[in-house]
Amino acid sequence: MTVPAVWYLLLSAALFSIGTIGALWRRNAITIFLSIELMLNSVNLSLVAYARILAERSPELALDGQAIVFFVLAVAAAEAAVGLALFIAVYRNRRTIDVNRLDLMRW
Amino acid sequence: MSPLELLWLVALLPFLGAAANAALGPRVARHWTTAVGVGAPGLSLLIALGCLVEYAGRMAPEPFQRSFYTWTAGGLEIEAALLLDPLSAVMLFVVTFVGFWIHVYSVGYMGHEEGYQRYFVYLNLFMGAMLLLVLGANFLVTFVGWEGVGLCSYLLIGFYYEQRFPPYAGRKAFIVNRIGDFAFLVGLFALVAKFGSLDYQTVFSAVAADPEGVQGSYLLGLSFAGFVCLCLFVGAMGKSAQIPLYVWLPDAMAGPTPVSALIHAATMVTAGVYMVARSNALYQLAPGIGGFVAVIGALTAIFAATIGLAQTDIKKVLAYSTVSQLGYMFLAAGVGAYGAAIFHLGTHAFFKALLFLGSGSVIHAMGGEQDLTKMGGLKSKLPVTYRTMLVGTLAISGVPLLSGFFSKDQILAAAFEGSPILWVVGIVTAGLTACYMFRLLFLCFHGEFRGTEEQRSHLHESPPVMTWPLVVLAVGAVLAGYVGIPKLGHFDVNVFAKFLKPVFADVTGHGEAHHLSLGLELALMGLSVVVAGLGIWAAWKIYGPGKELEGGKAWAARFPALHRVLVHKYFVDEAYDRLLVAPAAALARGFWRIADGILIEGAVHAGPAVSRLAGELIRMTTTGNVRNYALYFLVGVLVLLAWLIGG
Repeated sequence: MTVPAVWYLLLSAALFSIGTIGALWRRNAITIFLSIELMLNSVNLSLVAYARILAERSPELALDGQAIVFFVLAVAAAEAAVGLALFIAVYRNRRTIDVNRLDLMRW
Repeated sequence: MSPLELLWLVALLPFLGAAANAALGPRVARHWTTAVGVGAPGLSLLIALGCLVEYAGRMAPEPFQRSFYTWTAGGLEIEAALLLDPLSAVMLFVVTFVGFWIHVYSVGYMGHEEGYQRYFVYLNLFMGAMLLLVLGANFLVTFVGWEGVGLCSYLLIGFYYEQRFPPYAGRKAFIVNRIGDFAFLVGLFALVAKFGSLDYQTVFSAVAADPEGVQGSYLLGLSFAGFVCLCLFVGAMGKSAQIPLYVWLPDAMAGPTPVSALIHAATMVTAGVYMVARSNALYQLAPGIGGFVAVIGALTAIFAATIGLAQTDIKKVLAYSTVSQLGYMFLAAGVGAYGAAIFHLGTHAFFKALLFLGSGSVIHAMGGEQDLTKMGGLKSKLPVTYRTMLVGTLAISGVPLLSGFFSKDQILAAAFEGSPILWVVGIVTAGLTACYMFRLLFLCFHGEFRGTEEQRSHLHESPPVMTWPLVVLAVGAVLAGYVGIPKLGHFDVNVFAKFLKPVFADVTGHGEAHHLSLGLELALMGLSVVVAGLGIWAAWKIYGPGKELEGGKAWAARFPALHRVLVHKYFVDEAYDRLLVAPAAALARGFWRIADGILIEGAVHAGPAVSRLAGELIRMTTTGNVRNYALYFLVGVLVLLAWLIGG
């Protein structure tokens, strides 16, 4: 038996929500970063699920959704590199990566 | 080519001179400024003389009119046109001739001053505007000149703008004149409404063709002629310094002395008399207003003459004398003797310009001192000035065979025909005139010198560039009267009256007024000579050699109240300050504080205040905390999502 596509979508929505709440709630920059990664991957999951749904109706578009996932993965990898570099730089200066205390741009 | 075809150049040249000097700027060498500033009115004078010779030489001179441009506004067409008729010919001669010599004099008088070039720009501008005024062929061109001379008067009174008083005096002159100008404009509107034209010849021939048409009831219980004449006269009151608008003229003496001579004695202030004489067709049909003009003139004449008795500033004496003499002219115009008014205007221009220039020469020699009580004994130091001023003083006093005698006598005879009361006022004024003028002469030139030692050592006769104009004007002050020797019985050599007659043609249809008998006329003439003699005798008794200030002080001590009133000029300025200026200033301050300070500034400040408040509110969202921003982001996305799904 196969798992219906809608379950993947529900899982994706649940992961995205968890990621969103984590990104807003947590104060540690790395945790926020991880939450964002979670959001990105939930989107990847929904893209793959849609690709499956689309493949049943019009097989010539079957790979489109899956192709986008590779772009997202590539961007996420780059983002991870830049983001972690930033956190290290900030930590060196401020001895913290608690975002509540990183409010230099405040009025 | 007839010189008349160059008439436009007469008016244009001074404007060109002003423009050229303004363009050259203050840094060019003075002789260039002088060449332009004096050359322009000089050329103007030459062309004007050519025009006058040509015009007066014609057997029966028709008015010469040239239009240069037609200005159309709706149904109203007004031509920018110049007119040369006997009346403007007389004015043209007076303005260009006296004006030119005052320009020459200014070269010496203003020679050491800062702003030499600025002075000549203003003075040339004035000449141009004044010529436009007298040569204009319709009320509007005249009005443009009228406003132009008013502007130049303001600029020249306030010439010494670094000092405190002159700019104030300039503003006063300008504001007081505006009151008159307003009435003048209303009169012009009435004329346009009635005739659809402002052209002198059109309007006056329409009036002459239908005298009843302008005598019907019109406004304020006046006939049309009465209303227009009243408006024009109020305009003349401002420009020609009549009660109640005379107050600006004495203060106008704050300007340089040649300016006082040119603008505030010889030319501009007589523009009102010219205006009334020019509109004589209307005034003839408004006898009530004519009477009003005569009464105001007579009152002004005697009122100013009494003030002149007690002033100690040499220019103030002459200023009140001018006001008084202008009153004489209006007295004559009011009783219908327009010819006599213009005649006196001409002779007065000569001797009053002479007296002012003479006083300028004295002030020059005294190093700026204007107080008569500090002068005295200048006769030997300033011989030319003394002799020429003596001529001027004799002329204005009405001593026989000088110009003032002839013109004043004609005015008094006309006043007697109008009403003996006016004549009495006139002849008393004549006596007072002789008295205050000789007082000035005695205090200034006779007795002992009362100034400082430093002033004494500097005393010197003015340079020839200043004394020559004095001599020329003195000759004029003697001879100008001989063109208008009064008609005595069948002995009639009054070429002046004959020349002007076409302009002052009777339009009432009642025919010429009866004339005084020869005996009566001679008696009046004799009386006026006696009164002038009495005035001179009184001045001699009080201020003559050996007494000077002491005599005046004795009389002041005898009538302290009267002396106080005269010295303070009847407290008219103080009364105006309390009654008119202070309320107007309070009103202005109210507008400044409430309308400007609260309403306008409030509106202006409200705009920024709203922006600022909005900024304060939006600023609070900029916390610098990335988690807040993420929340905004989320809210935004949710809103967009809701809109996409729901919409």
